[in-house]
Amino acid sequence: MAIAPERAKIYDGTRIPSPIPSILEVPAHLRGNDDILTVNFGPNHPSTHGVLRLVVDLDGEEVVGVKAVIGYLHTGFEKSMEQKTWWKAITYAPRMDYVSFQYQELCFVLAIEKLLGIEVPPRATWMRMLLSELNRIHSHLVWLGTAALELGAISMFWYCFRERDRVLDLFELVTGYRMHTRYFQVGGLAEEIPPGFFPECERFVELMPGAIDDYEGLVDRNPIWLERTRGVGLLSREDAIALGQSGPVLRGSGVDWDLRRREPYLAYDQVDFRVPVYPAGDVYDRYRVRMDEMRESVRIVEQALRRMPDGPWIADDRKVVLPPRHELHTSMESLIHHFKIVTEGYRVPEGEVYLPVESPRGELGCYLVSDGGPRPWRVKFRAPSFVALEATATCMSDALVADMIAVLGSLDTVMGDCDR
Amino acid sequence: MALNYRPVPGLIEIREARGETTVVVDPARLVDAAYHVRDELGFDFLADIAATDYLGWGGDGVSGYIGTDRGRDINRPMTQGFQSLPTPKPKRFSVSYHLLALRDDHTRVRLQVWVDDGEPVPTVVGVWPTADWHEREAWDLMGVAIDGHPNLERILMPEDWVGHPLRKDYPIGGEPVRFSSAE
Repeated sequence: MAIAPERAKIYDGTRIPSPIPSILEVPAHLRGNDDILTVNFGPNHPSTHGVLRLVVDLDGEEVVGVKAVIGYLHTGFEKSMEQKTWWKAITYAPRMDYVSFQYQELCFVLAIEKLLGIEVPPRATWMRMLLSELNRIHSHLVWLGTAALELGAISMFWYCFRERDRVLDLFELVTGYRMHTRYFQVGGLAEEIPPGFFPECERFVELMPGAIDDYEGLVDRNPIWLERTRGVGLLSREDAIALGQSGPVLRGSGVDWDLRRREPYLAYDQVDFRVPVYPAGDVYDRYRVRMDEMRESVRIVEQALRRMPDGPWIADDRKVVLPPRHELHTSMESLIHHFKIVTEGYRVPEGEVYLPVESPRGELGCYLVSDGGPRPWRVKFRAPSFVALEATATCMSDALVADMIAVLGSLDTVMGDCDR
Repeated sequence: MALNYRPVPGLIEIREARGETTVVVDPARLVDAAYHVRDELGFDFLADIAATDYLGWGGDGVSGYIGTDRGRDINRPMTQGFQSLPTPKPKRFSVSYHLLALRDDHTRVRLQVWVDDGEPVPTVVGVWPTADWHEREAWDLMGVAIDGHPNLERILMPEDWVGHPLRKDYPIGGEPVRFSSAE
């Protein structure tokens, strides 16, 4: 079998290691040197955000080799989902990326809807947008709290988790659960939005911009923070694209690319928001992108609250959507539909789709194959954390030991998402 | 703007469904096709590589089986069969490369190859470096024989694992559960 003919590789002349893009190998002149220390960083290390193992070769303080080893959290979600009916499989999706759980749910549900070709009522669409933007704030708060904690800014963690708790309270108010809400149903939402949610959410929208100012006040002019984030973990525009980076990492490298803007889904084409882009491609710019995104998310939530349409919250399609509870006592037909959907599940037409959404970590994609039966034939998630970790070797190619923590934090990986 | 996929090397078929374009190419000419879509059509961003096993496609409507100690399959077909039989697939595995062009008209395309068990799929790491881990995953979980990859190791499963768990003939529940009452 002929291997690739000799042609200009995309990473010739860049900082991406060659021939293996995800492994930084010890340079030839240092090999066999007794001073090179090989260290296992992880799998159980507080700043690996889960169970990631980095095998690091150190020359004094300098990182001269790095290799990421993943798979410690592999649970076979994709295989498990193939065994469940479509609507039962929705429960699995949020457990992958447990920090941006609603995006997982949203992505899977939107992909099923694309296969089904079902129309979703506007109220459900806007509510999905509102909740997933709250989830983005939640995810970025967890990121900011932990990433800053790792660099020594301990108080930041408490401030971030204070606001994060308020977001979780809102989720609990709407869905009954603080995490893994499973509120998005194929065709719309699982339940009507409780009226008490709106005033509570408005209070949050009023409070949040001030809170973001507070965070910035804590670190923005802090010399230690600037010293440890500026010019560290560099990823150029070309490297980021070649390595498939997405989301804040891509935008922190100066690429103006946001799926909410470029391929609008939900109602993103009807709301006003800005896509923050910063050019330096270092840890600091990724931090800036995420801070700005939080502000933009608050704006989107505010607009969604103001413009939330009335009307039904789930499509009226009895072959897919569970009938209203009260009808079960009076209508034989509804009872049959209910029984069929719960036991056998609905059937999804044959076909394959790939549906991307912009999650807090970047492009989250869901590839689905249906054989026309009640269960997915194949579920594959394009996990942004998985791809982000491929960039570790490039980002750490001139790092010191201490920078590794900052770089790893800035890639914002969730190992549940990465390993699935 | 509709892109012209006709000149893609090794082209077998172009399919349009649900607003998505699938370009099926010959696996032997995959690398040429990859360079073509990257350099001529501008697909500079590889989003994902997804391998799918179609073993038993259109059979009982059962995806995998849940084995018990006595070999019973408790995941029997549902109450009804298919309402219509799905279209047969040319070979056992499909490997789909989800590509994106990072530019104003943001086009996506799915480059697809079909292979049988053990038939090699050439690596595209030289075209899109991000394919590195995606291809390792396709090999690890689905057993797609990636050819020419610089570092083809298991990625999600332990190094000494036997078998490829996402294949349809890989049983669920085959793994002994430690500290269970049966032990």
